[in-house]
Amino acid sequence: MKFGALHLPLAWPLLACLAASSPVLAQQDPELEALRQEVRAMRQDYEARIADLEARLAAAEQSAAAGRAAPAPAATSQAGADYGYEEPPATSPQTVSVAPESLINTAIGVTFQGQAWAYDNDPEDYYIPGFPLGGEAGPAPEGLSLAETELTMSANVDDKFTAMLNVPLVIEDGETAVEIEEAWVETLGLPGGLAIRMGRFFSDIGYLNDRHFHSWDFADQPSPYQAFLGNQFLDDGLRLRWLAPTDFYLEISGEVLRGDRYPAGGAANSGVGATTLSATTGGDIGFSHSWQFGLSWLGADAEERASGSEDEPLLFSGDSDLYIADFTWKWAPDGNSRQRNFTFQAEYLWRDEAGAYALPDGSGGPWDSDQDGWYAQAVFQPFPRWRFGARIDQLSGDDPGAAWIGTPLYPSGSDPRRYSLMVDWSNSEFSRLRFQYTYDSAGDGAGDNAEWGTDNQFGLQYIFSIGAHGAHTF
Amino acid sequence: MRKTPMKKTTGILALLALFMLPLAASAQLRVFACEPEWSALAEAIGGDLVEAGSATHALQDPHYVEARPSLIAQVRKADLLICSGAQLEIGWLSMLLSKANNARVLPGKDGFLEASTLVRRLDVPDSVDRAQGDMHPQGNPHIQMNPHNIARVAGALGQRMAALDPANASGYAAGTADFLRRWEAAIATWEERARPLAGKRVISHHKSWVYLEDWLGLVEVGTLEPVPGIPPTAAHLSSLLAELGADGQGTNKPGAEFIIRAPFHSAKASEWLQERTGIPALALPMTIGGSERAKDLFSWFDDVIDSLLAARSEPRP
Repeated sequence: MKFGALHLPLAWPLLACLAASSPVLAQQDPELEALRQEVRAMRQDYEARIADLEARLAAAEQSAAAGRAAPAPAATSQAGADYGYEEPPATSPQTVSVAPESLINTAIGVTFQGQAWAYDNDPEDYYIPGFPLGGEAGPAPEGLSLAETELTMSANVDDKFTAMLNVPLVIEDGETAVEIEEAWVETLGLPGGLAIRMGRFFSDIGYLNDRHFHSWDFADQPSPYQAFLGNQFLDDGLRLRWLAPTDFYLEISGEVLRGDRYPAGGAANSGVGATTLSATTGGDIGFSHSWQFGLSWLGADAEERASGSEDEPLLFSGDSDLYIADFTWKWAPDGNSRQRNFTFQAEYLWRDEAGAYALPDGSGGPWDSDQDGWYAQAVFQPFPRWRFGARIDQLSGDDPGAAWIGTPLYPSGSDPRRYSLMVDWSNSEFSRLRFQYTYDSAGDGAGDNAEWGTDNQFGLQYIFSIGAHGAHTF
Repeated sequence: MRKTPMKKTTGILALLALFMLPLAASAQLRVFACEPEWSALAEAIGGDLVEAGSATHALQDPHYVEARPSLIAQVRKADLLICSGAQLEIGWLSMLLSKANNARVLPGKDGFLEASTLVRRLDVPDSVDRAQGDMHPQGNPHIQMNPHNIARVAGALGQRMAALDPANASGYAAGTADFLRRWEAAIATWEERARPLAGKRVISHHKSWVYLEDWLGLVEVGTLEPVPGIPPTAAHLSSLLAELGADGQGTNKPGAEFIIRAPFHSAKASEWLQERTGIPALALPMTIGGSERAKDLFSWFDDVIDSLLAARSEPRP
């Protein structure tokens, strides 16, 4: 959050400019809007009348044709010509109504999110022994709080490019901050199934990584995502994505990124500090089952990457490689997920880091350690509106050496594991209320870290969206 | 210092280049339809010249489909995409298009055909407020329930296929003319048979049937959904029951003679109302494959008309 955050006084003029240049707001001129409505009404009226006339003409022809003993060829080809139609010009608003983004030039949406959490222990003191958290990972604040409010705008730039902006408004230390979470431009229709994206975006790695907060199935990310990706890996750079022209689905994408964010850090290699590769495949089994499988790699160079306490961070410099395997299986009877559906998903993350850690007390030394983590979750919607979910997530790490005993980098005797249950209710696609319970054993058996111990966590969450709301990925 | 990521990247790029060599091109025009009626129409017009597939099937609600990997792969290879549009596929089609990297089928291109733009749309709202439910600003998207609309789409589809595959233009023109000749004749018999249905009042599960009602002169007096897209609630059903009365003849205003739903809508609500009012509840095919009998475009409408006629003549319990 630190890197991309613009503080409010600076950000509002920027947003105001964006809003003012948007044709949607320009439409609010009442006179102009009235005129538009009049024209629209006139067009609809004439369309209706013409269609009506055409229908009458067709009916008259039919009855005329029926009057003859056998339909003459001339009469039938006449009927065919009647239904031949003239293409509306490409600029007609009617030609673009499938893609909601294009109906009004800029699609604008806001997602409102809020939460309430109760913990046995103080979440301010939360940490997982051996896995100092970076990025935005960690428990939500205790009590009532606003989660991020996402403001989204997107539109096609022209016939060759499309662009999207996502700016969550977040509260940080009591102050409202505007973060640029996504701001990218992507090519439309390069040949050969290729697409290039540039700007800031969530990396394609893993299954959960590129999903926005509002589309998560649980109120928080599974622990391996928190520990290894700082919740979600996003960065500035370029992506090349290619879809194979095969009957089955095969997508390969590679990214070159700045490397300014956890698990990279410090924009190493003159600002090209992270590289990713991922491959995804998937398919259907009958009408009711579908699956997806992906493999990905994130290679990051870190220069003084901060993790752990924000005031006294641990600094890591070196190589960080992360490998992810993800699997998703979805079931919906006859493909009708609206009525009833079940989703199982699991990911395995393995991290290999070599370099050196500098601790706030001036100590530190060379670091070479393997860590891994996984989660598995199932979400069941037995009938419309209600979903029930369960999740297990776990982390485990190598013994990094006796030199690290007593530091936050030394893992606890038992692997930190959490069990979560959730239930949510959605009145429509645009509203959702959720309850989540998590049993967290992160600090269990942690020796001198035992002050955290185990924890019962209860969360309530709401997610509402207005305006344009893009389609979700599989 | 780094573990040669650049070398890895170069290798992958070389592999990509190899994959992108032109594959043995299929001679057929590949049509990706969002709904089965449009893939059937493409086949009816193009015959062996086309290879058509549908993203959804008749037992699926086309509003709510996942942007599945298999569908992305199909859009990637399509030459022509035809969908009902008017935001029916809003939840998934834009995702398929943005993931499929296929410039031929993007909106505005010859390979993109939105059927609802070709017909007179009903239920175009004056204002769009989600408090009124899942609104479609361009009007009701279920245009396929009026066979005259299908005829209009057939004309445009034939032209598009000819434009995309000019070598076979005469084949598409002949296919269109032949289909329209048979279709117009069928429409005339359906309209003749359906004459007794004019003026009959129906309750529908979702506003899926406005084009059928408009065509046959049926009158919709209510929906089981309280607002479009929100599943039936007990409170709303009770108020419907109060309006219809125990005999289904209506208390203050006229009752109804049919309760109709699509095969993918839950039968619970309509059967609940049928039990209490005696009004027959029907699942009508909204597309090909929606009933045992609806095997092609023609038998589909045969079945719709016959089912309504049969339900009408059944004696009330």
